[in-house]
Amino acid sequence: MNSKRPVFRHPDLPKNNLGYTRRDYEGLDSTLCAGCGHDSISNSIIQACFELSIEPHRVAKLSGIGCSSKTPAYFLGRSHGFNSVHGRMPSVATGANMANKDLLYIGVSGDGDTASIGMGQFVHVARRNLNMVYIVMNNGCYGLTKGQDSATADKGSSSRKGQPNPFEAIDLCEMAVQLGASFVARGFSGDKEQLVPLLKAAIGHKGFALVDVISPCVTFNNTQTSTKSYHWIRDHMEATATVDFIPQQKEITAQYEQGATQSVSLHDGSAIHLHKSDNSFDVTKKRVAVNALEHHREKGQILTGILHVNETLKDTHDILETTDKPLNTLTKKELCPGNQTLQKIFENYR
Amino acid sequence: MKNLKRINDFVIRFANVNGSGSASANNLFAKAVFRLGVPVSPKNIFPSNIQGLPTWYEVRVSEQGYQGRRGGYDFIVAVNGQTLEKDYDDLLPGGYFFYDSTRALSGHYKRKDITLLGMPLTDICNREIENPKLRPLLKNIIYVGALAHLLDMDFSVLTDSIAKQFSKKPKLAVPNIRALELGFKYASDHFPGACKLSVKRSNKLSTHILMDGNSATALGAVYGGATVAGWYPITPSTSVIEAFDKFTRQHRLDESGKRKAAIIQAEDELAALGIAVGGAWNGARSFTATSGPGISLMNELLGLAYFAEIPVVVVNVQRAGPSTGMPTRTQQSDTLACAYASHGDTKHVLLFPCDPKECFEMAGDSFDIAETLQTPVILMSDLDLGMNDHVCLPMEWDDKRNYRRGKVLDKDQLESMTEDWGRYLDRDGDGICYRTYPGTHPEKGAYFTRGSSHDEYAVYTEDTDAYKRCMERLSRKWVTARTLVPAPRIKRSGKPATWGAIFFGTSTYATYEAIEMLDKKGIALDTMRLRGFPFQDEVLEFIDQHKKLFVIEQNRDGQMRTLLINELGIVLNKLVSVTHIDGTPIDARYISQSIEAVLAKTPKGGAA
Repeated sequence: MNSKRPVFRHPDLPKNNLGYTRRDYEGLDSTLCAGCGHDSISNSIIQACFELSIEPHRVAKLSGIGCSSKTPAYFLGRSHGFNSVHGRMPSVATGANMANKDLLYIGVSGDGDTASIGMGQFVHVARRNLNMVYIVMNNGCYGLTKGQDSATADKGSSSRKGQPNPFEAIDLCEMAVQLGASFVARGFSGDKEQLVPLLKAAIGHKGFALVDVISPCVTFNNTQTSTKSYHWIRDHMEATATVDFIPQQKEITAQYEQGATQSVSLHDGSAIHLHKSDNSFDVTKKRVAVNALEHHREKGQILTGILHVNETLKDTHDILETTDKPLNTLTKKELCPGNQTLQKIFENYR
Repeated sequence: MKNLKRINDFVIRFANVNGSGSASANNLFAKAVFRLGVPVSPKNIFPSNIQGLPTWYEVRVSEQGYQGRRGGYDFIVAVNGQTLEKDYDDLLPGGYFFYDSTRALSGHYKRKDITLLGMPLTDICNREIENPKLRPLLKNIIYVGALAHLLDMDFSVLTDSIAKQFSKKPKLAVPNIRALELGFKYASDHFPGACKLSVKRSNKLSTHILMDGNSATALGAVYGGATVAGWYPITPSTSVIEAFDKFTRQHRLDESGKRKAAIIQAEDELAALGIAVGGAWNGARSFTATSGPGISLMNELLGLAYFAEIPVVVVNVQRAGPSTGMPTRTQQSDTLACAYASHGDTKHVLLFPCDPKECFEMAGDSFDIAETLQTPVILMSDLDLGMNDHVCLPMEWDDKRNYRRGKVLDKDQLESMTEDWGRYLDRDGDGICYRTYPGTHPEKGAYFTRGSSHDEYAVYTEDTDAYKRCMERLSRKWVTARTLVPAPRIKRSGKPATWGAIFFGTSTYATYEAIEMLDKKGIALDTMRLRGFPFQDEVLEFIDQHKKLFVIEQNRDGQMRTLLINELGIVLNKLVSVTHIDGTPIDARYISQSIEAVLAKTPKGGAA
């Protein structure tokens, strides 16, 4: 694999507010299987960051281990990345975020990386409400080790191996809602129209934002008998609402023709507009989200869209009351209390 | 019977039930000795339990300044019925047995070679103290008052200590001072001239402090500029973080009162180190504190930090293993587990502090070393050092000293760079490459950190040559590390010595005392106190200068001996183990006796 890509940019490529083209948000060529859902998600991340005019170098990408965790190499090539240890991305992201609160942290994980080996860390990063976007590229199987079922595989679903999964599935979104995650959404890698605004809303949210993206594994789990296959998801997908993310600087011009609209204002003044077919779904209520998820599961459907938002929760830095300046910029002068203070401290030890 | 008769030179042991408030009373006693200017060394030997199990507090009073354990005890305050018989049996001949005589002693207690000092503590409490809740606590203070008389101590030091302790709640001082007086009065009425051990005011201590190693380590982290700490509660390391929290709340706030430190209690030790690794990767000085079982869990991320070259600091306050072992007892038994922690070829820089002063200094230095080398550094403390108070001179911080942040490129340096930058490109030949923090420059300096094999430009590779180049460069870095870790301290006996002794950490003070004891018997040994790993050339030179050497350490298998043999290629039988493994701090008598026993079997003229 070549570390260098041509830097040539066509002069007519559209540019965002910062003057960057979409190409400036791309990464290395993907080495995943052709048609992998994960590549579509990478593209959606690129699109979302491009459209939001995010400084590429002000993003830190972190991941665990697995097919999903390889993807940070394939987007945002100008951002620092950290492909850490299996299931440990949440703790590494926590430390990184503590060191510099001013960057955007995008964590990428898989269903094995999150729902099995990393379950402990996932649970705790959610309840700490770390300010990050946590993307699960969820394909219901372990790709790199050749197709074993994962903990998010539905009971009865069978992959290319042909054996129906005998265990209950973990619903990461339902769990995250219960854990107090302040933003929970579910998307589908094959539905960019929905995924890009979901990611933009997650980026705009201050606090822990889970985006669980169903992302079919074309090699091991795209069978007729799998509930994580392209055709199954397309046939069984329901959305809570059509999502529009309105950045703070933009005037609200969207028009809705039918149904109800719910607006959620975010910390930085931006807003999420949810154009809903069902008036009863209030995304700020945890219980509504859990009920809706269970309801759709009973019907054999997969509920997507924004499931829960709570803008009132403090993020980790606010909880810890850390100083406004990033900790990694503090100098000796700001950190070291000096010898005189030291000698004073010793008075208590005599 | 000959009573022990000594001034400022004895060992007193308190046998209590844990959770009864005895620790603060016993600490009051130790502090009073300290405030009388007499070197003192308290050791808390406590159970892994909240309430109801035996606990001991041993105080060595030593005008000569011996800080290690001596071995044996001359005076016992026996207020725990569960251990009464053993405490009685273990008292040295000529010693003093102070006990609660509210209950008469059984037929077991027939020794003629000790002095019995029975005081009806429970009776006195029930009679004199109205509030039943206070009785168990004040019972301990009463015996401290009695000790003041028995040991001929200046009583005002105790009352002043109480006043200082309760300066914010003076009302609480009153019953405590009364309890001291009750004990003192009873002892002066009933035991006149009974005890020939005494504590006299001395000038042996000047500006000295009495401090636990964990507080000193935490201060070192504050002064060393640590800002991110991930941790998981585990005895005996917890108080490192608690102290770091306290000191940063007191001395690290911004103008608006916000904190210049982020401390996160993690879900386990995997996450604790993960947090520190994330913080260090992102340019904040970061650390975690743990003990053996935590080190086991941290092996995974230590391998990542080694291979991805992340400068993280781990404080290991060791305890008695394996597994849960004896979690409240001390050992130096993680040497090998830390030196080679994680899978694959890994080696880690270790620092071995021997007292709170070195805890402070080495904790401060550890961040400089880690960032200079871009690798984990493990500070090897232990329960004895971390949780017990030690007399030492106050540490100094040189205000002119700057943090050595290592090879980090800032925005301007990246901007002016004309050649291609590679995160793992060794430009200087010392194995250490240039790193960047995320968010530094819009176009330059971004790279992908990974635990998978990578080339000089941090790109994933399975190219065998690239992998080999990387691993060999890490070996070059290891050579550089030898110039950065603290040098050993070598002491010559001044006489022709064929034998040497090697030790480190909390084996230090007891060993120095043992060496003096042996010297008086005509056995001369040169000594070398190890302070860091990797070993420098001086370590090998010292070993080469002697025919045989003792390696004194607190574990079963002689782990430091193994490490020396493995790293320096020493002939196996040249290094003789002296190991102490019962979980209590090693003592001088044990060391000297062990050495004598080996030498007795060795043909005259030294090593065979």
